[in-house]
Amino acid sequence: MNLTLLILIPLLTAVLILLAKGLQQIRVIGLTGAVVQLGLAGMLLNSFLAERAAGNKATYLFESDQTWFKALNIHYHIGIDGIALSMILLTSVIVVAGILVSWTMEKLSKEYFFLLVLLSMGAYGFFISLDLFTLFFFLEVAVIPKFLLIGIWGSGDKTKSAMKLALMLMAGSALVMVGLFGIYYNTQSFDIVQITQHGIPVGVQKFFFPFAFLGFGVFAALFPFHTWVPDGHASAPTAASMFLAGISMKLGGYGCLRIVTLMPDAAHTYSWIIILLATIAIIYGAFATMMQTDLKYINAYSSISHCGFVILGIGMLNKTSINGAVIQMVSHGLMTALFFAAIGMIYSRTHTRLVAQLGGLLKAMPFISTVFVIAGLCSLGLPGFSGFVAEMTVFVGSWQNPNGAYRLATVLSGASIVVTAVYILRATGRAIMGPISTEHAVLSDATWNEKLAAILLIAGILIIGLAPFLINHLIMPSTDTIMLQLGKVVVGK
Amino acid sequence: MNYTILLHLRQELLLAALIFLLLFIKLGKDRSNESILNFINLALLVNLVAGFCCHETGELFNGMFNTNTIIVFEKNLLNLAVLLISMQSYAWLKTNNNVIEFYLLTLTSLLGMFFMISSGNLLMFYLGLEMSTIPLAAAANFDLTKRKSSEAAMKLILSSAFSSAILLLGISFLYGTTGTLSFSIITAHLNGNPLQLFAFILLVTGFAFKISAVPFHLWTADVYEGSPVAVTSFLSVISKAAVLFTLVNILYKVFTPLASSWYLILMVLTAATILIGNLFALRQDNFKRFLAFSSIAQVGFILIGISSSSQAGMASLIYFVLIYIFSNLAAFGVVSVVSALTGKENISDFKGFYKTNPMLSWVLTIALFSLAGVPPTAGFFGKLFLLMAGAAKGNYGIIIFAALNMVISFYYYLSVVKAIFMDENSTPIEKMTVPVVSKIAMYICVVGVIVTGLVSMVYDYIHSISFGL
Repeated sequence: MNLTLLILIPLLTAVLILLAKGLQQIRVIGLTGAVVQLGLAGMLLNSFLAERAAGNKATYLFESDQTWFKALNIHYHIGIDGIALSMILLTSVIVVAGILVSWTMEKLSKEYFFLLVLLSMGAYGFFISLDLFTLFFFLEVAVIPKFLLIGIWGSGDKTKSAMKLALMLMAGSALVMVGLFGIYYNTQSFDIVQITQHGIPVGVQKFFFPFAFLGFGVFAALFPFHTWVPDGHASAPTAASMFLAGISMKLGGYGCLRIVTLMPDAAHTYSWIIILLATIAIIYGAFATMMQTDLKYINAYSSISHCGFVILGIGMLNKTSINGAVIQMVSHGLMTALFFAAIGMIYSRTHTRLVAQLGGLLKAMPFISTVFVIAGLCSLGLPGFSGFVAEMTVFVGSWQNPNGAYRLATVLSGASIVVTAVYILRATGRAIMGPISTEHAVLSDATWNEKLAAILLIAGILIIGLAPFLINHLIMPSTDTIMLQLGKVVVGK
Repeated sequence: MNYTILLHLRQELLLAALIFLLLFIKLGKDRSNESILNFINLALLVNLVAGFCCHETGELFNGMFNTNTIIVFEKNLLNLAVLLISMQSYAWLKTNNNVIEFYLLTLTSLLGMFFMISSGNLLMFYLGLEMSTIPLAAAANFDLTKRKSSEAAMKLILSSAFSSAILLLGISFLYGTTGTLSFSIITAHLNGNPLQLFAFILLVTGFAFKISAVPFHLWTADVYEGSPVAVTSFLSVISKAAVLFTLVNILYKVFTPLASSWYLILMVLTAATILIGNLFALRQDNFKRFLAFSSIAQVGFILIGISSSSQAGMASLIYFVLIYIFSNLAAFGVVSVVSALTGKENISDFKGFYKTNPMLSWVLTIALFSLAGVPPTAGFFGKLFLLMAGAAKGNYGIIIFAALNMVISFYYYLSVVKAIFMDENSTPIEKMTVPVVSKIAMYICVVGVIVTGLVSMVYDYIHSISFGL
């Protein structure tokens, strides 16, 4: 299968959107493109599993390597492993859902859908890249659409939020860039596969690891670089929030994981700092969420906490925890997208997102309320939903680390789930249950497109929640390779 | 008769012929501005295309004048930029009474640059430099009714004269210590004695003036602001590019024995230039001043590339200049049209610009993103390759510094984008009808901005013709 299709289809969609006339044409093209992409991702999954079943043990499948800038040894090298594939699946689901919830976007619809598609293209390109230069290229491609989406279609203090987000992400990219240069000048290559084979000198790793890891950490809302998250998410239009939290923050997590694999020595050296920062993010995010009154801020701050689990899992550097981190990325992507979709649906009807002004929504809009509750339950980690599987795996993995301080971090992070339960249940109780105000009682329930979007996301959550072995099966061989890479060091020492 | 003279000098001869032709047209009967402009644009196009035919290495006049593939390519870039500026200024020149004079001045300056780039001797170099600067001072004064314009011209000519004087002092010291003006012989006599170093610093100072590197940049903003947009873009793109080409040529060919000293000098210049350019660009409202300071910062990045003294460094310099031509001229193109049709030149005037002029807004936005170095525009590749070349020296401090500065620069470019797309404005610039010629020029720039980066052939070609120490 040709992975370049994953970039070409969004590109084609974007071009067609530019040529289209009227909202109807634009959204139909956008949706068609997204659905085709989803189908493609499904086919990819199918052939990936078939290859694996046939005994193909290669780390990356469907590889293709073309020289891009010959003089600088820059390649367009693509290929996927199980982790990248699960990210691609996640992205394609969220893109479909995002386009569905934007169905009635009247304001500058052409530009809006164009930017959404462009953003998704950046994400796809990022996940399939096996060349650090290409990877970096696509990482930055995804920044500008976010800036414009928030700044033009956002709400509240949107220009400030957009600016903050763009600058912080750009600063993150700048750090990543320094890290990548460091790798490049000590290995003469950007190629992930080659670098993994030859290894990077330990001194170089120790110097450049912080740059690259923190750079990607900015994208993944790593404490203390998380400040773009609340404002950015809260100001963004619904679909952009979904893309931001569901896809864009995963770029960071995925990048961190790749950096850890590329520089295993440094990862072992710095793992305590990573764990410390992640634990702070988890606890701080949870408590900060308690104080929020705006639904979008609640979800944004809880995203910081949830993404902390991703970093925690990566920082623990063992197989189970890394597995958990990957599942948490997928789970959080689906859950948070669902949450933002539900909040967007509520906001578009009630024109408020303040918990205090809402109440009894279950009576007027049962479907939306149910979606909201499901997202909430998934967020607090109820068994049966993906959140439970993901967080549980991270905890189990973290506990395997015998170091006392690490266990303390694990316990503290685990305790944050209680806080999560508090804020989720409180928000749900106030907004969904209780008496409804008269003006809200007449509001209508979800339309077909909103229902479809929600069902798609819920399906994803349930599949992971009820049959976690499916995703485990997909990512396990890849984490094995990562562990092999990380293990080289331990043995060496 | 020896035809190699014609061949080696073909770009210069064509240009000179065009200049004489314009003089005769001026003498002849009155023609409409449109027909003159169309003719000139066509002639410039022919000039550009002619440059691309045969490439050969050779020298004339006992090594005074050199030519080789890379020099021809550099001249082609300048030709391209002049053509684009000429097309973009259509709206402004159409109503101007002195079209021919404008071209006489700018083309003469271009001719001077050609000789400067090709020079193999300090005298030839100095001659070309002066020939390229003095007409520009006159051109800066082209808005005859505006005081600011003559102020700009005055500042330009005075600071140029000053920098030329410093340059001449450097040249004379160099002559004193080596006994020659010819590049190829100077190299053999360079031994790093203090007087030579001093001469070299003077020489670099002269260059720094021309490319407005900090701390020799003070004339830039005022001159850019006062001059007509066409002249500003000429100054900021073409004359800078020409001097940079010459600088890299001289550093890589002539001053090779002093490489370690000029690396240090360049590092100091680079750090100051990037930082000061960025900090001052943050607070500008006049678009031309804004682009002036942002272009100062860009020069800082270019200096990082030059400092690497490698083939990749030279290639990334030329590559970046090509990208810079496209992106800066796309930005100037929009500013030029807006300025010619409405007289507005401030960034705050561009608030709400997207509502009335979506096409121009996108052109400007893409240009700004390219200047900021955001993919998929070519600016991303250009900046990255410059830094990659610089990083090869192992001096990561400057790379980290530059990376941080990229974030600062990102802020001010985004501020403009924010004004265009997001800010509310009750009196936005009304919808404008852009002349077709200008439109074509803008589209060429936009296509250039996108294609130059993604299509690796361009860089690979430039890399293959470049050389390092």
